[in-house]
Amino acid sequence: MPDALGTRAFRIAFAACCALILFYLLLPTLLVFPISLGGDPYIRFPPRNLTLDWYGAYFNDPEWRAATFFSLKIALLTAVFSTAIGTAASIAMARGSFPGRRLLGVIVLAPLITPHVVVALALYFQFAPLGLVGTTAGFVAAHCVLAVPYVVLMTSAALAGVDPSLEMAALNCGASRWRALWEVTLPLILPGVAAGALFAFLTSFDETVVSFFISGVDNKTITRKIFEDVDFNLTPVIAAVSVVFVLVTVALMVAVNLTQRGMKRG
Amino acid sequence: MSMRGGLSRSTAALMALPLAALMIAAFVWPLVAFLSVSLFDPGFTLEHYARLFATELYLEVLGETILTALIVTAVTLLLGYPIAWMMAKLRGRWAWIVAACVLIPLWTPVLVRSYAWIIILQRRGVLNTTLASLGIVDQPLTLLYTFGAVVLAMTHVLMPFMILPIQSSLRAIPEELPRAARGLGASHLRVFTSVILPLSLPGVMAGCLMVFIIALGFYITPALVGGPRTLMISTLITQQAFELLNWPFAASISTVLLVLTLGIAIVFRRLLNVDRLSLHA
Repeated sequence: MPDALGTRAFRIAFAACCALILFYLLLPTLLVFPISLGGDPYIRFPPRNLTLDWYGAYFNDPEWRAATFFSLKIALLTAVFSTAIGTAASIAMARGSFPGRRLLGVIVLAPLITPHVVVALALYFQFAPLGLVGTTAGFVAAHCVLAVPYVVLMTSAALAGVDPSLEMAALNCGASRWRALWEVTLPLILPGVAAGALFAFLTSFDETVVSFFISGVDNKTITRKIFEDVDFNLTPVIAAVSVVFVLVTVALMVAVNLTQRGMKRG
Repeated sequence: MSMRGGLSRSTAALMALPLAALMIAAFVWPLVAFLSVSLFDPGFTLEHYARLFATELYLEVLGETILTALIVTAVTLLLGYPIAWMMAKLRGRWAWIVAACVLIPLWTPVLVRSYAWIIILQRRGVLNTTLASLGIVDQPLTLLYTFGAVVLAMTHVLMPFMILPIQSSLRAIPEELPRAARGLGASHLRVFTSVILPLSLPGVMAGCLMVFIIALGFYITPALVGGPRTLMISTLITQQAFELLNWPFAASISTVLLVLTLGIAIVFRRLLNVDRLSLHA
């Protein structure tokens, strides 16, 4: 059989296929940009009469603003709590031993593969009688469960890269256990912790399924608001919101990657 | 002081306590409480499971969901492998461009991507207008709310989970191996089938498992792009709980979905490599 894979024709065909697949991957993200600038009150492609009105409509609409601020608040609180809880536990799991250490390590990763619909219903079922549906506390607890696996994964990876003998050296030089943790370990794993915190923020900000079901009438996240509007009221405002959403997400993810890069180099 | 680098047992336990409390209070306990509802009515019973497995409609939904997940897994593998190969091979500026093409969609919220697919596929959407202006069709095609639309959008959402693990296992292949095979007279095709493909199988397995597991429980995309006619397990569960208020039955379907998902994850845990999930970043 002739070497079909080595021919020029194959290489060109392969590159063309790859270009098509990449176009397919990128198309939805790119599409929301022109749609958000369209001058018609309905979705039209290609758009005519470019306008920034939809961004104005987004920023001036009290409902969109409330949803955006609520999402930001939840995401910030989730990032703070899940990072604190997750980092402490990761250090305990990496540098100490306690009953149930391995079990905790497994359970903390379980939310990554548990279908979110099941988590959402379970939390709604639990929260509704307690009056936690649509509350900040309820959202933060739910989002912490979904975000903390990433904090633990990233912090543990950072801890694995820190030589315990550095801490030993600090202890031998007379530092207390806490001081060694606080002044030696923590600064060394900081890039991993920071990446975990950013990731936790994004996990909460992007989270849709659980937020959809535990949102209340007043307190709803931006994802719940988008979901409702996509179903009932498909205007270019959603495209404008999406563009802002994409820009925030991509910027934060680039930040995560840069901190991780810093970690590998440092 | 222990050899693990020395936190005392009580200090370590204390530091892990908040996480343990969170996981129990907001994950394990709610799941147990919710799923156990499926076993009572009000006394202990298996009738909800009996009904689930005796009703043709529900079995069809179950089968359809598994079939959809299998098809999506196959398509992501088919489209994802070449891209993973490019990501692993290219250097310099092109490597950055391909990586951006894979990562930017990954970082675009699933909700936004589903919305974009609606814009593309709806009756007067981007695809239909483009096809009409090119004179390919006279009547707009029905694209949205079809099985094909669900597969197309789900494949798009899940593709990075296939590409990233394959890419990392391709990258781990020492360059000397394919070069040696070439030197010994193997054709490019033979190098691929006998060297590269077998060595990339761990990544392929991890990607397939990950995509399949996520696809089984996927909610947003089927709910938005599939429309009311497409029933997947996840949409069936929410319908039972919130529209029909049949929580015990919703809990029994959830249990089946969870057992299926966790079962696959546990059986294949070595291949799945959950740590790879951090490749999100």
